[in-house]
Amino acid sequence: MGKPTTVPFRYPASKKDMPVGPYADAGVLVEINAGWRIVRPVLDGGKCVKCQRCWLICPEGAVDRMGESYTVDVNFCKGCGLCAYECPTKAIIMVKEGEKDE
Amino acid sequence: MVTMRDLPEQELLYGHKACPGCAAGIIARMILKVTGERTFLAYPASCLSTVTSIYPQMAFSVPSFTSPFPATGAVLSGMAAAVKAKKMQDVTVLGIAGDGGTADIGLQALSGAVERGHKILYVCYDNEAYMNTGIQRSSLTPYGASTTTSPAVGCAGSIGERKFKKNLFEIMMAHRIPYCATASPSYLPDFLRKIEKAKNTDGPSFLHILAPCPTGWGFASDRTLEVGRLAVETGLWFLAEYENGKAKLNLVPREFKSVQAYLGGQKRFKHLTPQEWATIEEQRDREWADMKEKWPVS
Amino acid sequence: MNRKAAEERSFISGNEAVAFGVRLCRPQVIAAYPITPQTTAVEKLAEFIEKCELDCEYVNVESEHSAMAAAMGAAMMGCRTFTASSSQGLLYMCEMLHYVSGSRFPIVMMNANRTVAAPWNIYGDHRDSMAMRDAGWIQLYVENVQEALDMMIQAYKLAEHPQVQTPVMVCLDGFVLTHTYEVASIPAPEAVDAFLPAYSPSENILDLSAPKSLCISVSPEWQTEFRFQQQEAMEAARQIIPVIDGEFAEHFGRSHGSLIEEYRCEDAEYILVAMGSVAGTTRLVVDSLREEGLKVGLVKVRFFRPFPKAEFAALASRVKGVGVIDREVSFGYEGALYTEAKAALAGGASFPKTLNFIAGLSGRDITKENIAAMYRKVMAHSAGQEEQEVQFVALRWEQW
Repeated sequence: MGKPTTVPFRYPASKKDMPVGPYADAGVLVEINAGWRIVRPVLDGGKCVKCQRCWLICPEGAVDRMGESYTVDVNFCKGCGLCAYECPTKAIIMVKEGEKDE
Repeated sequence: MVTMRDLPEQELLYGHKACPGCAAGIIARMILKVTGERTFLAYPASCLSTVTSIYPQMAFSVPSFTSPFPATGAVLSGMAAAVKAKKMQDVTVLGIAGDGGTADIGLQALSGAVERGHKILYVCYDNEAYMNTGIQRSSLTPYGASTTTSPAVGCAGSIGERKFKKNLFEIMMAHRIPYCATASPSYLPDFLRKIEKAKNTDGPSFLHILAPCPTGWGFASDRTLEVGRLAVETGLWFLAEYENGKAKLNLVPREFKSVQAYLGGQKRFKHLTPQEWATIEEQRDREWADMKEKWPVS
Repeated sequence: MNRKAAEERSFISGNEAVAFGVRLCRPQVIAAYPITPQTTAVEKLAEFIEKCELDCEYVNVESEHSAMAAAMGAAMMGCRTFTASSSQGLLYMCEMLHYVSGSRFPIVMMNANRTVAAPWNIYGDHRDSMAMRDAGWIQLYVENVQEALDMMIQAYKLAEHPQVQTPVMVCLDGFVLTHTYEVASIPAPEAVDAFLPAYSPSENILDLSAPKSLCISVSPEWQTEFRFQQQEAMEAARQIIPVIDGEFAEHFGRSHGSLIEEYRCEDAEYILVAMGSVAGTTRLVVDSLREEGLKVGLVKVRFFRPFPKAEFAALASRVKGVGVIDREVSFGYEGALYTEAKAALAGGASFPKTLNFIAGLSGRDITKENIAAMYRKVMAHSAGQEEQEVQFVALRWEQW
């Protein structure tokens, strides 16, 4: 899948578990960004031509282009709307959180 | 030549805390898709460092380092020297810095690094102000932009920034750098091609990339790429390359859109009057005439 | 192998000794910016590299700030590195000194002690390194050319020790030591390799096989623990410094002492505390005053960080009077060495009379007569005579 997933944060329990120096393992996420958004993208599979543009331009890398139809990682989508604006066939619309997809 | 379909699935930048619609997110993500896992990355104090490496959320998956603000070029030089000393093969030493960390406080270190000829890829994502610390003016803030330290306060003559952007592209050319280019995430195939060329340069390379900032420039988060397109279509950003001692323009619009198309969509310019628009257009025309005379179109 | 026979005896300057010492440690990257009086050290190293006598990458950085940044860039890639500076340059890289120590990179640097403008002056005093005493670096001051060479080698061993992982600054007095020539023994490379193996970095590096983010932002919630570790490392260094000196003596037959060196202090009643090359002059004065029957001694402070707290506390009840020679002054108070020594003496069973002598500023000679006068003042002060606590030595309009 190629994307880091979130792990529960475990702070060093004792002095000897501390890293020697202010460093941390790369690609470790402890929280999601879903709470940032007010709207989320909804894809109409019928209109999508799989041009990959949304996958390319998402600042978060939240689009997954590998499946039958493209999906968005709702844990990390911030609802910026770039995918909807840039989609050449207008296959994506931004729907308010809390409302149904259709 | 890398194409969009060639780009790997793997996200080497994921889970960052940038504003929704942040161009730096797109830029950094795309660069890492081209340079891949075998990348050593340094970035200074900037929006990018703040949103990617606050313990314990580490959004980069490549080995990376938050460099001191003025020192990115120097840190990259040390990293490149280490790559040579350790005889490492097939790695990219990459720096991603903002306009402050490149053209202002970071200019000396960048100049030294490029002059010495280290094999480094230096990327400047230009959001045209010190965005991380609260939208203060930089030497790459364009004429007429209102920032917190060059504010347009509503009285006569208060137009925001009173100087035109420093020409970083020509500063890099003056170093006889093997490769440098300007780019915009709105023009993706051109951008990807340039990242690849930079990565494969035997020596230093520099990319100056426009990074429209919804928060700092004042536009809706879904218009980032639209704003980037308008910048090029109005001639206020140019796409060019310098390679083997020769510069060329990659794109010359047959006719420029009126600058209002670009300025009108951003809160930072809303105070401007037709007088400033005219000044901006005159400067644009002057610079373009100069460029077209000096450089061929590709 | 006959160790003594393998050593080369050579007539070299303090700076050259640093270069020879560093060459023996086989650094992989050197990044330095020239500044008087450090220049001949880095020039010598550049010459070694150009002549293929040292396999190392030399980065001709464009400023001191970049020198330390580039050294750090190489260190974080797992290379043994070196840099050097002085005065204005040291202060220019101040931010970087904190960065390196906070990041726990075991960089070794040489500082040629020189005063700091204004007024403009290129000669030696301790103003520059004293201004950096809180930067988290281990700081040591050497007295002569041999010690300069030897301590470069010991510095790497100390910095890279797994319990230390703290950068080390080796200080040489500008001109008086950097440019003075003495006969010194240069150890054989094989002998140094046996004492100081190739650099084996800790986890704290950029590594493709185990990617990490280094030098991350740490919030108020977590930062204290990282700082605690830095303090602990300094405390560990206290114990490790004499061990390394002992190992060095085994390998090379020379010992320079631990955090301090006491000279004729066994029965001394009055001591002077000195750091750097002035300790050498003070030894001669001790010898001549001893011939007069005066019970005087010298405490040479070698390591300023970590500070020899326990050593001073132990001395306090043994002596009647202590004078501290400071080659700088913290305006508005006293010389830094005096302040710290006095505080450490206060940890002893009794507290001697103390005086601070501000001397040798900006390269002014500290003569044997000055030092003898300092001893006499300490003795008189201990006997009850009024003396100003902080005294500038030999001001032109005064009788000293």
